[in-house]
Amino acid sequence: MIFLFYTAAIVALIATIAVIVSTNVVHALVYLIISLLSVAVIFFALGAPFAAMLEAIVYAGAIMVLFLFVMMMLNLGQATQDEEKAWMQPRLWIGPGTLVALLLAQLTSVLFTQDVAISPVEVGVLDISVLLFGPWLLAVELASMLLLAGLVAAYHLAKK
Amino acid sequence: MESIPYEHGLILAAILFVCGLVGVLTRRNIVFVLMSLEIMLNACGLAFVVASSRWQHAEGQVMFLMILTLAAAEVAVGLGLIIQMYRRFHTVDISVLNEMKG
Repeated sequence: MIFLFYTAAIVALIATIAVIVSTNVVHALVYLIISLLSVAVIFFALGAPFAAMLEAIVYAGAIMVLFLFVMMMLNLGQATQDEEKAWMQPRLWIGPGTLVALLLAQLTSVLFTQDVAISPVEVGVLDISVLLFGPWLLAVELASMLLLAGLVAAYHLAKK
Repeated sequence: MESIPYEHGLILAAILFVCGLVGVLTRRNIVFVLMSLEIMLNACGLAFVVASSRWQHAEGQVMFLMILTLAAAEVAVGLGLIIQMYRRFHTVDISVLNEMKG
């Protein structure tokens, strides 16, 4: 499990960095799918198989296919890619990059003050569904309303 | 079997979140901005699942489900907006959206 966790973590990091430095939209999308799949492996290593499956099916499956479909509709060519290359100058990303790196250093320094290990006990579908259909029922209903609102909004916005 | 240190999972979530934040701050292509938002939401979900396995409690995974729903709705609306923007301005550069002169 430890080996699984660390290898998947490295793959996720590399793929995510490749997403944010890539100039081709479709390449970035494929890297993002790799990143999401390796996060699914991490969920599996942490003892959350249900979350891992949802990550693979909903994130890497449904949401990314939606992205890919829109990219095919837009059909961005070589011109956009050249434009992207021209925008990626150090003077544009060095400021935000430094500030965000400081933020990350603060976050990690806070995290290293505690020392607890995760024991690999599985939290399965049964525990989650008992909670979902018990105390969190209202949240599930609200999530369905949110999805309906998203559906109506997407239909309305993408209409000619 | 040895166990994974709890803070390593959270640090991974933090690094992924920060990668997404850099993407949102630096990219000018709206498609990349939306993808970076996805990375950030995914990192939040990872932090919830790590906490869920740390305390052996399923509520973190319930929160992950809520984040998943939110991401799906957000992507649907965001892609609709991208299509509409491309139709009006024939570009995906966000700096053309400056009619409000803010």
